[in-house]
Amino acid sequence: MRPFTTLRSKAVPLIQDNVDTDAIIPSREMKSVSKDGLADGLFAGWRYLDAAARIPDPDFVLNKPQYDGAQILLGGANFGCGSSREHAVWALAEYGFRAVIADGFSPIFRGNCVRNGLLPIVLDPRPLAGVDGELDIDLAAQTVRAGDAIWHFDIDAEGKMMLAEGLDPIALTLRLAAAIDAHERADRAAHAWAWNVLPEARR
Amino acid sequence: MAPRTLFDRLWDAHLVQDLGGGTGLVAIDRILLHERTGGIALKALAESGRAVRDPARVFVTMDHVVDTFPGRSDRTLMPTGTQFIVATREAANRAGATLFDLDDPRQGIVHVISPENAIVLPGLTLVCPDSHTCTQGALGALAWGIGSSEAEHALATSTLRVSKPATMRITIDGELDPTVTAKDLALYVVAQLGSGGARAHAVEYAGSAVRALPVEARMTLCNMATELAAFTALIAPDDATIDYLAGRTYAPTGADWDAAVAYWHTLASDTDARFDREIAIDARDVTPMVSWGTSPQQSIPVDGRVPARDPLDNAEGHDRSLDYMGLSDGQPLLGLKIDASFIGSCTNSRLSDLRRAARLLEGRKVAPHVRAICVPGSTRVKAEAEAEGLDRIFTDAGFEWREAGCSMCFFAGGESFGAQERVISTTNRNFENRQGPRTRTHVASPDTVVASAIAGRIADPRRLGDG
Ligand code: SF4
Repeated sequence: MRPFTTLRSKAVPLIQDNVDTDAIIPSREMKSVSKDGLADGLFAGWRYLDAAARIPDPDFVLNKPQYDGAQILLGGANFGCGSSREHAVWALAEYGFRAVIADGFSPIFRGNCVRNGLLPIVLDPRPLAGVDGELDIDLAAQTVRAGDAIWHFDIDAEGKMMLAEGLDPIALTLRLAAAIDAHERADRAAHAWAWNVLPEARR
Repeated sequence: MAPRTLFDRLWDAHLVQDLGGGTGLVAIDRILLHERTGGIALKALAESGRAVRDPARVFVTMDHVVDTFPGRSDRTLMPTGTQFIVATREAANRAGATLFDLDDPRQGIVHVISPENAIVLPGLTLVCPDSHTCTQGALGALAWGIGSSEAEHALATSTLRVSKPATMRITIDGELDPTVTAKDLALYVVAQLGSGGARAHAVEYAGSAVRALPVEARMTLCNMATELAAFTALIAPDDATIDYLAGRTYAPTGADWDAAVAYWHTLASDTDARFDREIAIDARDVTPMVSWGTSPQQSIPVDGRVPARDPLDNAEGHDRSLDYMGLSDGQPLLGLKIDASFIGSCTNSRLSDLRRAARLLEGRKVAPHVRAICVPGSTRVKAEAEAEGLDRIFTDAGFEWREAGCSMCFFAGGESFGAQERVISTTNRNFENRQGPRTRTHVASPDTVVASAIAGRIADPRRLGDG
């Protein structure tokens, strides 16, 4: 995963409360056996006048030319609520977003963001939406800046470390391989019956 | 040592390392996958350049999008369904996992085949990217549903980072009336506690009524713990559990069996163990239940009336449910005309469910306007039912008899009931659009589904044959 250090980008304002995962990626857009190919379906219900024909709605904020290439999304309260579908985060990341700044996130969505290298920042997005130009995010300093204006945000230590080092939880856990091996050795000794039934042991 | 709950025992036995902040690194003994979510996890893991750490503990089945029509193949009514099947098969074979493919006698709904083959055993941890994995807690295992990235994590490391849930005991004492099934009990609990009633708790079902349930019925009860938003459910193993497991495909044998049984006898909550929450339910209060709304908590006795106000829900949700279901306040459920009936799903598709349904159905006919479908939970259940002649009872009565799978529990297989059709179903979820676009689902026990299919209307199974 790409480490997150700093980011300079314009921010797209989509400041509504309770933007749910089905709005972010409608279930009919999750057609294939893959995490990829989802960017096209991002916000499909809002982004297109006709989702099947992919005719863009010029009034939807993502389609406005001034936000081309923006990597920061501004949201409202309880952003990413609804189901646990991780496709919502995959779609945002594939589209090019690297940070979401919102009044608040659903806990599962927030966890999915961190797991996928998307920085979730809890901050009032309204002052940021008024900024003309780009925002500077600094994860180490936990700040968002626009010119002289500066906002601080909180993030848990583990989430910060994972994002900063570009680690996903698997990489983090693989650092504990010795402890996992030791646990398995002890368990094999104590509960051999649970291991001897596995197909490999029988082969 | 301080007194411990069964959950604590299983947690402690699997804790590899305390990660701080209430999170633990937990060893995972068995990983189950199905083609709808498991294929993605295997494929994504391979694409990230990582391997499955221990393929021997990974079991893959085809259940969700597969066709259940006789003579099925990889083709499905879902436009991209074949892709899921093929991709999962290839990924499972590449990873060296055990695959129960479409033509395998062990194929079936993941939560049916795992207990049936003793893949789940008391005292183990088991995960599956599927929300009804809690079903398998009925065997005394710590079994819970996970997300896609977590499945990758479990595959790559044989562990998960888990935030330790709180504990809750639901004690059900007293005797269930013989006309009342585990499904009615499950619906009753959800109606009492609400759909968030056990949020993030590990629920232990206990009490004399739970002990008295056969093992398959315990699975039905645990199945619907996810409808309480529970982390999972579990039931301490006892002699019934041990008898159920003996001789099954992946059950220990010989000296291993004896060692396992000795260990399983230690798996219970200490008498003085403290739970974060305790709920008591009197089994004698439970009667046959049917859902009226679009959430399982919106369930009432079959002879009841739609409540004027859903005590657990907001007014808006209540009105929306009524509108979706085409019902009004105070309306009785009995006598509501149905268009279809469905017996199947990981809640009620085991041999005991089919036997119970067939016993009521024998010598009777489904009402002519009702489409009736029975889908065994596994290929083995289907074969056993056929050996007993149950399939004939179903087909003679007018039921379709299908191949094993999730089928129309939800319409990801591409097959669905019609818009505004009223369906009575042994499944677990009556959510909007679950069984088809705008389809109206009433969940109930196999008994109630059979009684209703015969009457052509929602009917009381206690009065079958009254005319
Ligand atoms: S039968 Fe229904 S609830 Fe059970 S696993 Fe299949 S789709 Fe899910």
